[in-house]
Amino acid sequence: MAFFEVKNLKKVFGGLTAVDGLNFALEQKEIFSIIGPNGAGKSTIFNCVNGLYTPEEGEVIFKGENLVGKRPDQVAQYGIARTFQNLELFAHMSTLDNLMLGRHIKMKTSVLGSSFLSFKRSKAAKEEMHHRRKVEEIIDFLELESSRDQFVSNLPYGKQKLVELGRALSLEPDLLLLDEPAAGLTQEEKEEMIFWIRDIRDLLGITVVLIEHNMQMVKNISDRILAINFGKPITQGTPAEVLAHPEVIRAYLGEDVNEAV
Amino acid sequence: MLTQLIISSLVIGSIYSLMALAMSITYKASEIPNFAQGEMAMISTFVTFVLLNSGGLSFYPAILITILFSFCLGLLLEFIFLRRAKDPTPLSFIVITIGFQLMLYGIAGWKWGSDQRQINLPFSESKVIFQNDSVAITELNLATLVIAVAVLFLIFLLVQKTKLGLAMKACQQNVNASRMNGIPSDKILAISFGISSVVGTIAGVLVAPIITLDPSMMWDPLLKGFAAAVLGGMKSLYGVVIGGFLLGIIENLFGFYISIEFKSVVAFAIIVLVLYFKPSGLFDKHYVRKV
Repeated sequence: MAFFEVKNLKKVFGGLTAVDGLNFALEQKEIFSIIGPNGAGKSTIFNCVNGLYTPEEGEVIFKGENLVGKRPDQVAQYGIARTFQNLELFAHMSTLDNLMLGRHIKMKTSVLGSSFLSFKRSKAAKEEMHHRRKVEEIIDFLELESSRDQFVSNLPYGKQKLVELGRALSLEPDLLLLDEPAAGLTQEEKEEMIFWIRDIRDLLGITVVLIEHNMQMVKNISDRILAINFGKPITQGTPAEVLAHPEVIRAYLGEDVNEAV
Repeated sequence: MLTQLIISSLVIGSIYSLMALAMSITYKASEIPNFAQGEMAMISTFVTFVLLNSGGLSFYPAILITILFSFCLGLLLEFIFLRRAKDPTPLSFIVITIGFQLMLYGIAGWKWGSDQRQINLPFSESKVIFQNDSVAITELNLATLVIAVAVLFLIFLLVQKTKLGLAMKACQQNVNASRMNGIPSDKILAISFGISSVVGTIAGVLVAPIITLDPSMMWDPLLKGFAAAVLGGMKSLYGVVIGGFLLGIIENLFGFYISIEFKSVVAFAIIVLVLYFKPSGLFDKHYVRKV
């Protein structure tokens, strides 16, 4: 059985069918990209997976369970983390606090227990220290030391993207959904992002699904690609196969100039 | 005389602080100013009254049950009314809280009428604890102040030191991100309303012996609490508490030295002035959204 599988997904907004008849399956430790023009329904797929939307039809199977109908916070408990196309950060908190919040679901201490944080040897304090260590590891991993104690709203955009990635990682997810990780980054930052996504898979063993427009990135890191347009799948396969597909070329570059004339 | 004035200001100020804090807790969590706050506290105070008089309970069990009741009342408001709102805007939320307020007011009027009743706390208004030539502190004064400060302190601990507090802060800054990180934002909001309702209720029970118990008893404390919250900065917990005490002092000094008739107008003059000169309030950090 596949590690993560989306079966026959359909999502309708009013009269608009955003996603229709979508199928894909991932093996563990794969990097899988979803490409398509703006408005093709890419983000809708993510929103259906992590419970922000409830799809009209279809199943989202992860670790053998159907996630459709679960709330976002429940989906997070299953080990699925995500980032957003337009950053969703706790802007008035430090980088460290943002990442600590990613550990929220891992914290066992009750409300009462955590009131005794100030006593060094209490269970709550030990737990807090454990989570702190994990978060520091992620800060090291993404080289965020310099932004560690700064308010996120004061950081440059590229760093904010990394903070969001770091927060997703601090959930210690098994599956990571990245919504346009390269959008808005400089060329240099994009290349770094490619490294990090690879490292996330290779060193942390996390399966990655990403939505991306940047073809350089997609070609570079994807094991497989799914191309969609108007909510319907065009084709899926290896980067070479998909990017050579005539319909993909048409969807991205428009009708062939000669045909159009 | 001035010392005595300050003491009574602090006593009434502690009530304002509690009401302001109650308002700030839900406002921080949801940007909804809850106008039903006062009536929720009033109904809960009536519950104490009934438990003490008809129920024959002694004070402490009665107050425990009341706290539980008011917590549930807060949950109820969020769960039954606010959560059901379709495509809600701040305005529709405000209208819902006003509707809930009128509902509670109606229920109280129907059940208990508009008679002014006396609630008996174990702290006496006539027993003087400390006295010299110019100052007298009654047991009720002292108890009100001590209990209010204790509650304020507990709420600060809760918000600043616990996982729940952190989750509340997270939901207030970014609901989507919170949910994505496994925080059940709906539940957190409901709990915020519950806690806020309890804080308001404690203000209600403490103020009841001073202003007598009737369905409209909380109008004044609610509006003053609102003014105090605006003064201190709606979103700063420290700010609203300081605002509450400040308002108590300003109001009393104004009443004594300038005009007793216009005493209750002071609060509203303060709202206008604050909104004119520093809309974020005295103590709230003002964040400018970068474009």
